[in-house]
Amino acid sequence: MEFQRREAPFLTPRVSVASLMLQVLAALVPAAMAHVWFFGPGFIFNLLVASVFAAGGEALILSLRSRKPETGLTDYSALVTAVLLTFAIPSLTPWWVTATGALFAVVVAKHLYGGLGFNIFNPAMVGYVVILIAFPADLNLWVAPRMGDLDYQTLTILQTMQFTLTGSLPDGIAFDAVSRATPLDVMKTGLHNLHTVAEIRSIPIMGDFGGRGWEWIGNFLAMGGLWLLIKKIIRWHIPAAVGMGLLVPATIMYMVDPSSYAPPGFHLFGGATILCAFFIATDPVSAATSPKGRLIYGLGIGIVIYCIRRWGSYADGVAFAVLLMNMAVPAIDYLTRPHIVGHDSRGEQDA
Amino acid sequence: MAADLIERFKIGLWRDNPGLVQLLGLCPLLAVTATFVNGLGLGIATLAVLVASNALVSATRRWIQPEIRIPIYVLIIASLVTCIELIFKAWFPELDRSLGVFIPLIVTNCAIVARAEIFASRNPIGSSILDGLVMGTGFALLLMAIGAVRELFGQGSLFARMDMLLGGEPMHGIVLAENGWLFLVLPPGAFFCLALAIAGKNAIDQRRQTSRNEIPRRARRLNR
Repeated sequence: MEFQRREAPFLTPRVSVASLMLQVLAALVPAAMAHVWFFGPGFIFNLLVASVFAAGGEALILSLRSRKPETGLTDYSALVTAVLLTFAIPSLTPWWVTATGALFAVVVAKHLYGGLGFNIFNPAMVGYVVILIAFPADLNLWVAPRMGDLDYQTLTILQTMQFTLTGSLPDGIAFDAVSRATPLDVMKTGLHNLHTVAEIRSIPIMGDFGGRGWEWIGNFLAMGGLWLLIKKIIRWHIPAAVGMGLLVPATIMYMVDPSSYAPPGFHLFGGATILCAFFIATDPVSAATSPKGRLIYGLGIGIVIYCIRRWGSYADGVAFAVLLMNMAVPAIDYLTRPHIVGHDSRGEQDA
Repeated sequence: MAADLIERFKIGLWRDNPGLVQLLGLCPLLAVTATFVNGLGLGIATLAVLVASNALVSATRRWIQPEIRIPIYVLIIASLVTCIELIFKAWFPELDRSLGVFIPLIVTNCAIVARAEIFASRNPIGSSILDGLVMGTGFALLLMAIGAVRELFGQGSLFARMDMLLGGEPMHGIVLAENGWLFLVLPPGAFFCLALAIAGKNAIDQRRQTSRNEIPRRARRLNR
């Protein structure tokens, strides 16, 4: 009788890139629905434009690299990039801005670095930063969240579509009537004008924690993120460390001077903190890989976000923080190599 | 002789292009190429300095002590750059203001020191002048190309403000759009344009190489 000799791993994980990406997409659905509810149907048009151009760019570059376009398109990674980019941009964005971001994310940030698995930067964030720098004026138009006061107009589906296609609002509607400064902007300019945090937070758009609408989207994002944690698609290190990196300095500063530093709850629910912690920073390709490394990487992102929000010139700093820490990943991974049994901490064999 | 000349130009403009292949003088290349006219202006200035410095270094190559050659090259180049700077200030004051510190900084352009060290210090005057001419032209053409691309996509115009070089009324050039892709006018755009230019050159070279290799292979197959 012959014994079958097998070698580890005995149980191969039945996780494909496609199923992973689909579950990430599923986890984003509730937040996307909340986004449409609060900020109007522009999200859907942006998503369509971003997906078409991300998938198109993927197919184009794969055929240029003489690979099969199907393999790149059926792993849905381009779609995840498109969705994350759509979450980052305002719901009123002209289509060419979204298209530039999506194409840049897929073609330059992903494929010029070697394709999925080789990109050192998070593609969605590269796309976002490029359009933020190339079209600064177009990315300032956040529509007012639906919150029941009367001094702003909501756009119908057709009007939103018209804006997405032409980049101009219908006659008779001014930008000021539909758009609002985001809570982060309000906080930043308010503090700059020497208002106290309590005064700023009494403005209705600031909501309970991080701004009306925003905090609800944050809740749904957190739900999706927790689901990903339970399904073991992401691990707890990065989300926890991003939260720590942001909340610890925020709490200390708030305790020192509660009138000129925003409370930690505002930092947690305002802007893109939760999206970053669960969905952007956890990108398996561009994040650090060892458990200790992931903690350092997440902490770094949180601290940089806090610094940019408090002392930088941009209202939110998620994209810049993620890209900066992406650059640090090779060093972090090198310095936090786990201890291998039978070897000392430098990886040398024990004598 | 004519074939030799063409070969030298091919080397300067394409095979050993100072910007694309030797990657020398990248600081001014990245800093001033936001518009075509800036690229052209700095290209001409660099070309003039390069030709003159190659001629002077080559003429004095027998008397320069090898131990202190680099300081002497820098002295020669610096005096030439001062002349060019004064000429620019006198005849193209606006262009001089637009290029700012990058005209005096031609002194530190490593493409010029490199040509003095590599070529002019060991070749006769005529050949050295020719070398300065082809290398300077290659560098200037690259500056102009990147300047044109960045201006076209970054501002939506081409050949704007050529009056800084030609004189006369302020010119707007060919205006295709009111505004453009701001990203390209900013410093990262310069890096992207240069990287794409280098990648494009490498791709063309590679394609030529493979097609050159393929012809004999096909011939072999036919012979079999």
